[in-house]
Amino acid sequence: MFSFELLLEAILFGVLLGCFYAAVSIGLSVSFGLLDVPHVAHPAIMVFGAYCTYLLGTYGFDPIVAGIVLMPVFFLLGVGVYRFYYESFEKRGTEAGVRGLAFFFGIAFIIEVGLILVFGVDQRMVQAPYIGTSLSLFGYRIPYRLVVAFGVALVLTAALTVYFSKTFLGRAIKAVAQDEPALRLMGANPVRIKQWAFGIATGVSALAGAMLIIVGPVEPALDRLYIGRTFCVVVLAGLGSMTGTLAAGLILGIAESIVLTLFGASWAPAVAFGLLLIVLGIRPQGLFGR
Amino acid sequence: MKLHRVIPTALAAAALLFSGVAAAQQPVKIGMSMPQTGSLGAGGKAALLALQMWVEDVNAKGGLLGRKVEFIAYDDQTNPALTPGIYTKLLDVDKVDLLIAPYGTVPTAPIMPLVKQRDLLLMGNFSFQVNRTVQHDKWFNNAPWNNAESWSAGFIGTGQKLGAKSIAFLAADQEFAQNLANGARELAKKAGLQTVYNQNYPPTTVDFSTMIRAIRAAKPDIVFVMSYPNDSVAIVRAVNEIGVGDSVKLFGGGMVGLQFTPIMESLGSSLNGIVNYNSWVPGIQYPGIEEFLKRYAKRAAEAKVDPLGFYLPPFNYAIGQMIEQAVTATKSLDHKVLADYIRKNEMKTIVGPIRYGPDGEWANPRVVQAQFRGVVDKNVEQFRDPKKFVVLYPDTFKTGDVIAPFEKARGK
Repeated sequence: MFSFELLLEAILFGVLLGCFYAAVSIGLSVSFGLLDVPHVAHPAIMVFGAYCTYLLGTYGFDPIVAGIVLMPVFFLLGVGVYRFYYESFEKRGTEAGVRGLAFFFGIAFIIEVGLILVFGVDQRMVQAPYIGTSLSLFGYRIPYRLVVAFGVALVLTAALTVYFSKTFLGRAIKAVAQDEPALRLMGANPVRIKQWAFGIATGVSALAGAMLIIVGPVEPALDRLYIGRTFCVVVLAGLGSMTGTLAAGLILGIAESIVLTLFGASWAPAVAFGLLLIVLGIRPQGLFGR
Repeated sequence: MKLHRVIPTALAAAALLFSGVAAAQQPVKIGMSMPQTGSLGAGGKAALLALQMWVEDVNAKGGLLGRKVEFIAYDDQTNPALTPGIYTKLLDVDKVDLLIAPYGTVPTAPIMPLVKQRDLLLMGNFSFQVNRTVQHDKWFNNAPWNNAESWSAGFIGTGQKLGAKSIAFLAADQEFAQNLANGARELAKKAGLQTVYNQNYPPTTVDFSTMIRAIRAAKPDIVFVMSYPNDSVAIVRAVNEIGVGDSVKLFGGGMVGLQFTPIMESLGSSLNGIVNYNSWVPGIQYPGIEEFLKRYAKRAAEAKVDPLGFYLPPFNYAIGQMIEQAVTATKSLDHKVLADYIRKNEMKTIVGPIRYGPDGEWANPRVVQAQFRGVVDKNVEQFRDPKKFVVLYPDTFKTGDVIAPFEKARGK
């Protein structure tokens, strides 16, 4: 049964859900969008981050604090992974880059199996005052966990946008995405810059992993659920656009929520790829791509 | 008799004798796939442990027909696309003698045509109505239900006793939940309940807040949820955060996962008030079940699987007991002979005596509907207390009356 109030609620929850989608996609926006690395292990790294958050939670860490603490560790992990990928695949040309896709699938598989071996197949959750409680606002009850995801997505988007536009290294990362040979001619080392950027993408994934386990329980194979959605958000946004990623996440979240409310939940998964097809048909470079 | 005639005869006799010995020493192979990863992995691993315990027990007694039992189990990752290939391998490469179905409806459904075509005995494993259309005469399910009514009648009947006039359905868009939902909708219609919300959701759903809000807006008296473990957790959380409204008298019914200890422990007090199906809860007495659960608890701690194991493990051990009883009684591994025996005889198991109906489901279903009461956070051991599961249905096991409305039962 349709009502204006229900539609408003659908939009409100769509915004929250969309911000969550943006938060889990923004790392991929850097690694795949800017660096052109076929990083299909991005959701698996996020799930790994979620499990690390769970582990720190057993020592009394708040999930958000755990996510922040994990960021530098994951940054170093990302630097190492990119170096290995570069030496083994990217350096050897385009064909080797395609084989890199298999490399990242392999990483995702190793993470999944490793998590099963260490934690088992049971779902894991974390406890925090903002999980399982809600905020009453104008008669609506909004889960705090989604409000947290909303806040984290905004902070990440703002921080990365400022970093990529105002700092030397950030601009160098954007430059390497646009014209790598030109950057090399300027005397900069594109590999080290990409390594740094991949580290940032992986560090951000740690915080996104914390969001993942705040929003819902995680299990080792959860990454499979997010591969399609995260790539959809990044491509919809226009590769490499941070504000675009937030906007694409919002569009996806609101569209899913409205479709779910008005037409039924079975249609919701079709929204992401339906939107992607339409946008790519009209604007092949994505909504915010140049 | 000349020597050149005696020697080949003696050699042939010796060869025959040794081949007979070799055959007698060959193990009885029992094969299956089990979800050990994916959404049913947690339950699957616990169930697998129970089956391994039965294999150890039966081998300690000398095996089946004097042969050791060899158990072969592959991980199907809760992926129905993998099970037909696994069962073909079990039959054609591993050459198993007997088959057990994987845990769950979704992984089992795709292998039904294969076992029907090859006319094989298949011991079912907590699937729901997978044989309804296939009508295989060598199918025997270990789950304590038969048709959709046997599952939903207790829940809907409890709602009717509370004076419910309307119902909302929330069901996962896959085989198990849809089979259950279709039957429950028919039953609700017969009971004169008005359906005010009817939603199927895809298995990829991340958040259920929107659906819970829509249910609250529809103001139903009963909310019948048919979900898989990951979804069940997300639904309980969303209900806890948003609330389903004061109109709801009864919530739950067919939520898979709320029987698994890690999930019960994690959700803790959020479970209070939910009325949900169970296969067994503490307080229900069957000969041998308590002793089995004590042994299981020790093994589960070592294997890091469901520490309590109320839901699947006893019923999986029962599969082994049924195979053992049938093979011992008939002294045969012939599938037709075994199926005839299981169909005609009462099977004695740790989950009580089982008699099968013509469709290979329990002739006398025993689906328990129990309400979570007084559950606190972060305490596994509390679930050994029968007071945490107040049995509302069936009457033979009833330990109390339902507390309604739902918000009151939750203590909110």
